[in-house]
Amino acid sequence: MTAPPTNGNREIPFVVRLDSFSGPLDLLLHLIREQEVDIYDIPIAAIADQFLEVIDELGLNGAADYLEMAAQLLRIKIQMLLPRPFDEEGWEDPRAELVRRLLEYEQVREVADWLAQRSGDQASRFPRGWFAEPPDAPPRPIAVTLEELLVSVEELIESLPEPMLHRVVPRPLDVEGATRRIEALLEEREQLTLLEAIGTATSVADVLSVLIAVLELARVGRIRLAQRKPFGSVTIRREPDRTAV
Amino acid sequence: MNPIAQLFEAAFFAASHPLSLEDLGRLVPDCSPEELEAALVDLRRHYEEHRHGIQLEEVGEGFQLLTRRDLAETITEAQIVHRPRKLSRAALETLAVIAYRQPVSRADIEEIRGVSVEGVLRSLLDREVIAVVGRAEGLGRPLLYGTTPQLLELLGIRSLEELPRLEELSVALRPPTEGAELSEA
Repeated sequence: MTAPPTNGNREIPFVVRLDSFSGPLDLLLHLIREQEVDIYDIPIAAIADQFLEVIDELGLNGAADYLEMAAQLLRIKIQMLLPRPFDEEGWEDPRAELVRRLLEYEQVREVADWLAQRSGDQASRFPRGWFAEPPDAPPRPIAVTLEELLVSVEELIESLPEPMLHRVVPRPLDVEGATRRIEALLEEREQLTLLEAIGTATSVADVLSVLIAVLELARVGRIRLAQRKPFGSVTIRREPDRTAV
Repeated sequence: MNPIAQLFEAAFFAASHPLSLEDLGRLVPDCSPEELEAALVDLRRHYEEHRHGIQLEEVGEGFQLLTRRDLAETITEAQIVHRPRKLSRAALETLAVIAYRQPVSRADIEEIRGVSVEGVLRSLLDREVIAVVGRAEGLGRPLLYGTTPQLLELLGIRSLEELPRLEELSVALRPPTEGAELSEA
């Protein structure tokens, strides 16, 4: 078996040529007919070679269905070459399955011919041309003049409530602000109490901001915290060595 | 023309699909099936005797008015209507397999035809001549396909029994697996 020659002028995509045969079985039957061979005794070697030749010619050798058939033909060809048992009793013709498929396919073709004839016949008899609109049809496109459209837009704008003002909600926690304020206070004074740092803060969030700021400043060593007795007032003092820097 | 035939004519004209005996019965609830049949015969004969351009025909789903075959050429040439698109060879073969083997899976169709049939199945489903009729048992529970009444209409036959019988085909083949054979019904 020679590999299909690959000459450069076969750039035509095989899809175009597929129309000539409706499948590998169709092509195979065509070859068998053309050669006028007995379908029950197919000269498999010759037919396999021709099959490969034709699919190569038609540029069908890219089509998986045809390649599969080609592989099958080669397998049967090889099986036919194997020595048979002496009495031929236990010998099973490797072509049997292919023959069965070909005959079955032949039937399909015959029925397809009948269907083509019937449907072609029936196509020359027209029923009533009216078709109900399907219930799930998309809504009709809106027919509207520019004027109507502008009037609608006008009405729509008038019907709108007063423009909503965007309300800016301050950040509930303002640790940075509190930090700046405490540092500013410590610029002026050596020390202050936590209550003074909180000052006139009005909301829980403000108090928390100051608390977090104080704790953070203490953590990084900017201030020192002292509390003389439990629940006593907390003194905030500048960290001396830090201020020197 | 008798009044029932007249009523039927109006119904056939107004309907977009073939009317079954049941549909026609609803038009005249008091009539016996014999009277229905008689009216249909009357209507059909009327069109024939007076050489009308339409004929009353029985199709898969019931009865339908169809234009005379011999007028089709002139009507299409004048581009008044277009003939429906012809089915491709691949579609016809696939349809043949489904008609005889239904309910049948895609894999079985491909085995018989020796080609992939995915695209063909989709176009046949679109034309509503086949439909998914169920799922097979076993691995993957593949979809099973069968034919629809629209196929009968397409072919102008009353039932699938009018399809050629397998033993009448020039290639007589007994399917080796008994179960795979088309039901005799």
